[in-house]
Amino acid sequence: MTTILPVEKSASVNPLKSSQPLGAAFAFLGVDGCVPLFHGSQGCTSFALVLFVRHFKETIPLQTTAMDEVATIMGGADHLEEAILNLKSRTKPKLIGVCTTALVETRGEDFAGDLATIKARRAEALAGTEVVLATTPDFNGSIEEGWTKAVVSMIEGITAPVSPLRNPRRIAILPGFNLTVADIEEIRETVEAFGLEATILPDVSGALDGTVPGKWIPTTYGGTRVEDIRSLGECIHCIAIGEGQRAAAEKLAEIADVPYTLFGTLTGLKAADRFVTALAEISGNPVPAKLRRARSQLADALLDGHFHFGGKKIAIAAEPDHLYQLSVFFAGMGAEVTTAVTTTGTSPILRKVPTDEIKVGDLGDLEARAFGCDLLVTHSHGRQAAEHLGIPLFRVGFPIFDRLGAQHRTFVGYRGTRDLIFEVSNIFQAQQHDPTPEGLNPLLKRENDHDRRSEIDARAH
Amino acid sequence: MLSPKVQELFDEPGCDKNVAKDEKARKKGCSKPLTPGAAAGGCAFDGAKIVLQPITDAAHLIHAPLACEGNSWDNRGAASSGPMLWRTSFTTDLTELDVVLGQGERKLYKAIREIVEAHRPPAIFVYETCVTALIGDDIEAVCKHASEKFETAVIPVHAAGFVGSKNLGNKLAGEALLDHVIGTHEPDDVGPYDVNILGEFNLAGEFWMVKPLLDELGIRVRACVPGDARYLDVAAAHTAKATMMVCSTALINLARKMEERWGIPYFEGSFYGVADTSEALRRLSRLLVDRGAAPELLDRTEALIAREEAIVWKKLEAFRPRLQGKRVLLNTGGVKSWSVVAALMEIGIEIVGTSVKKSTVEDKERIKQILKDENHMFEGMAPRDLYALLERHEADIMLSGGRTQFIALKARMPWLDINQERHHPYAGYDGMVEMVRQIDIAIHNPIWDQVREPAPFDETGRLLATSVVVGRPEAPGPKAEAAAIPAFTYKKFANAGSGDADDC
Repeated sequence: MTTILPVEKSASVNPLKSSQPLGAAFAFLGVDGCVPLFHGSQGCTSFALVLFVRHFKETIPLQTTAMDEVATIMGGADHLEEAILNLKSRTKPKLIGVCTTALVETRGEDFAGDLATIKARRAEALAGTEVVLATTPDFNGSIEEGWTKAVVSMIEGITAPVSPLRNPRRIAILPGFNLTVADIEEIRETVEAFGLEATILPDVSGALDGTVPGKWIPTTYGGTRVEDIRSLGECIHCIAIGEGQRAAAEKLAEIADVPYTLFGTLTGLKAADRFVTALAEISGNPVPAKLRRARSQLADALLDGHFHFGGKKIAIAAEPDHLYQLSVFFAGMGAEVTTAVTTTGTSPILRKVPTDEIKVGDLGDLEARAFGCDLLVTHSHGRQAAEHLGIPLFRVGFPIFDRLGAQHRTFVGYRGTRDLIFEVSNIFQAQQHDPTPEGLNPLLKRENDHDRRSEIDARAH
Repeated sequence: MLSPKVQELFDEPGCDKNVAKDEKARKKGCSKPLTPGAAAGGCAFDGAKIVLQPITDAAHLIHAPLACEGNSWDNRGAASSGPMLWRTSFTTDLTELDVVLGQGERKLYKAIREIVEAHRPPAIFVYETCVTALIGDDIEAVCKHASEKFETAVIPVHAAGFVGSKNLGNKLAGEALLDHVIGTHEPDDVGPYDVNILGEFNLAGEFWMVKPLLDELGIRVRACVPGDARYLDVAAAHTAKATMMVCSTALINLARKMEERWGIPYFEGSFYGVADTSEALRRLSRLLVDRGAAPELLDRTEALIAREEAIVWKKLEAFRPRLQGKRVLLNTGGVKSWSVVAALMEIGIEIVGTSVKKSTVEDKERIKQILKDENHMFEGMAPRDLYALLERHEADIMLSGGRTQFIALKARMPWLDINQERHHPYAGYDGMVEMVRQIDIAIHNPIWDQVREPAPFDETGRLLATSVVVGRPEAPGPKAEAAAIPAFTYKKFANAGSGDADDC
C-alpha cells in the first residue's frame, strides 16, 4: 500500500506542475481547426503559449479574452463574447475551446450561462463553429485535470446522444496527456492493423506532429475532426488510457451508451498484451504477424535491457497517470522507484504505483529525496536537480524544451516499450564511470558508508 | 623461428598437467588441435594483446591489415588508475599495395616514429600478425633499429594468429616480457615486501578491492602484470621477493622462468572467493617471511583475515533468505575456482553444474569433494544441450562469459557475466559480496515472469484468452490465464562448443 504524503511547506520550490488551463488547451490543440481561448488576462495565455512553443517548436494558436482592469471589476462576459466573435471572423475555427483561468474564476461568474447566452444571441454569426467550456482555474489541479476537463467538455458539448447507427468497426480512444505524438500514431496503427477504425480524442498526432503545411493556417491543422467528435456515439467500444480519462469515458457512456475499457498504462509487455487482446476481441480478428513479431522483439529487449535496470534506484516526478506508467515500467525492469513525487494526492491510481510513498509536491521535493538515486525521471525543469545531485535526467512528459523530438519518441505498445528500454539503458550506459582505486577500496568505502549514514541521519533530524 | 619457442612453451615443467603427459603428448601441445568448422575462441595474437595491453602507459601498435586491431580494439574492461594511452588503438593498417610492394617494414618504422613524436610513451609494443609474419617483415630488426633511433623501448611481440590458441598467445606475451622488458630497469627503492602479481587483469578495477588489504599489511605490489601496470614497474619486476600467479594457465611460463632467472618463488592463487582470498594473503606473507621479511607479518595477516572474513560472512549471510536453494550453473573458464563454489554453497546456493575445462587436477579434486557428486562437473557442453538444460529450468541462473550469454537469455533464464567483459568487480572479500548481490539482482528481476508469460495469442494470432473487454461501466477484470504454450521457439545456435568460448 502506497503512502501518500501531502504538501507541508508553503513555498513551492521549482514547480512540477503546469497549470490546469494549459492542460485543457493542450487537449483542445488535438482537435482539427481549433483555437483554445483562455478566459483571463493576456499574461496567462502568453506564458502558456511560450511554454507550448518551447516544447513543440510549432506555432500554437492560443487566444485570450484579455481581461483588463475594468472587465475584471465589471465582469468579463463582454470580453468573452468579443473574443469569440473576433476569433470566428478572423480564423474561422471549427471549435473554440474556452478555458477559464484563476483570474476570472476568483471573480466568479456564470460562464456556462454567459456562453449559452452568447451562443443563442450570436447563433448566426457562430454557425459552423462549436464553442465549449472547460472550467479550469489555475488554483486547482494541474495539466492532467485540465486535459480531462477539456475532453469531457467536448464530449458533453458536441457528441450527439445515442446513435442507432453503431459501427462495429469503429472504436473511440481517449488518451491521456502523457502520450506523445508518436504514441498516438502507434496506437492508431495498432488499432488499424486489426481492421478497426479509431477516433482518437484528442489526437495530438495530427495537430502537433511537426509538419510543414505549405500555407499559413491560423488554427490547429490535423487532429480529431469535430464531425467525428459529434458521431462518437457510433463507436462500438471506447478505450480510455489513464485513470484520468475515466471521467471522459463515463461521460461518453452516459451520453451515447458506449461501453469502455480502461487501461492504466500501455507501456510494458503485460499492458501491451492486454491492449492487443482487447483489440483482437473487439475486432474478432487474429493478432497480425507484425505485432506478434514486435512482441518477440520486446521480449528480447527485456532480456538485453534488464542488466542495466536491475538494482537501480529511480526518482520520478510526474502527474499521477504518468507516474503510474513510468513506475510500473521501471519496477517491471527490476529497478526500484525509491522516490516518487506527484502533483495531486487525489487520483485513485496513486495507490497502485509500485513504490512505498508518494510525495505530493514539486521538483524541490524531488531533489531533496533523490539523493543516492541512479536516475531522475521528469520533465526538462528537472535539469537543475540533476545538475546539483550529479544524477542523469531522463526527460519525459511536459515540458521538454531543451531536447528536440520529444513528441516523436514512442513509449507505448510492444514497439514503444522496446524503444523505451533502449533509451533508458543508453542513459545508464553513458553514465558508466571508469572504476577508480578510491571508488573500489573496500576499507575506504566502509568509512564513507558510515559517514553517509550519519549524514542522512543528521538530515532526518 | 617461432617453432622452437612454441615447442618449448609446450614443455612446461611448472604445469602439473603437462608433467603428467608422456613425451609424445607433450609435443602436441597443451591446446587441443582446432577443428575447422567447429572452433570458437581467440587466436594467439588475441591472447598476446590481452596480456600486454593493460600496461597502460605503453603504446600498442598492431602491424597488420585492419581486421586484427580494427575489429578488436577497446573491447576489454581492464581499468587504469592513470595513463590512458593503452586504450588508444594503433595499427599500421596495411593495404594491398603495402603487401605487394613490400612496404610493410617501412610503414611500421614510420608508424613507430609517429607514435613517439605524438605521445612519447616509455615503450611501444609491436605485434606481429598473420599477414606480416607471412610476408616476412623483419619486425625484430625494425624494432631494434627504432629503439636505438628514438631511444624508446620498442618491443616485438611474435604471436601471429595462426601459431595457435589464445592461451598460447598469453604465454608468448610472457616470453616477450622475459626477452625484452623484465630486468631492464633497476629501481632504487627495492624492499623486502615487494611482490609481483601475474595474470591479474584488473577487470572492472577489481584488483583495487584487494590492493588496500595488501597496503594495510605493508605489502607492496611492484608489478601487477598486466592489470593497471606501468612499463617501468614491469621492467623492474625482477626485483620483487615473491610472485603470486593468478590466472595460472595464462602466464605460468613467466612465473617459472622468473623463478629460474632471478630466484623469485611463486605460488598459484586466486582472489575469487573468501577462502581463496585468505589463502592467497597467507601464502604471500609466508613467501615474504621466508625471504627475509619480519615474521610478525604472519600474525598481522592472520588478524586481517579474521577481521575481513567476519565482515564478509556477515554480509553474505544477509543474502541467504533470498538465495537459499537457488540453483547455479557455472559455465566458464574464468572465475571458477572451488572457492567461489564453496562461498556460494555456504549461503545455501546449490551448484547444479560447473565446467572444469580449465581447472587444474587439484581444483577438480576440491570441487568433487565440495559438490559430492561427480556428475555435476562437465568438461564442456554443446550450446544445444546447455539451452535444453536451462529451458527445463534445471538451474535458476547461469554464470558464464559473454559468448554463452544468449544461450541463457534465449532460454529465458537469468545470466550473470563473470568474464572479461563484465562491469562488476568480483575480486577479494568484497568482490564475493558483489557477485552474490549481482546474482540476487539477476535472479529476482521481474522481467523473468514477463518473458516467460506466453503470448495471449497462438502462432496464427488467434486469441487464447478473451476477457479484457467488458460492458460498461465496470473496469475490466483480470485477464484469464492463457494456455501454457510458448509463442516462439528459438533455434538459432551454431555448433560451436560453448565451453570453448570463455577465457580468463
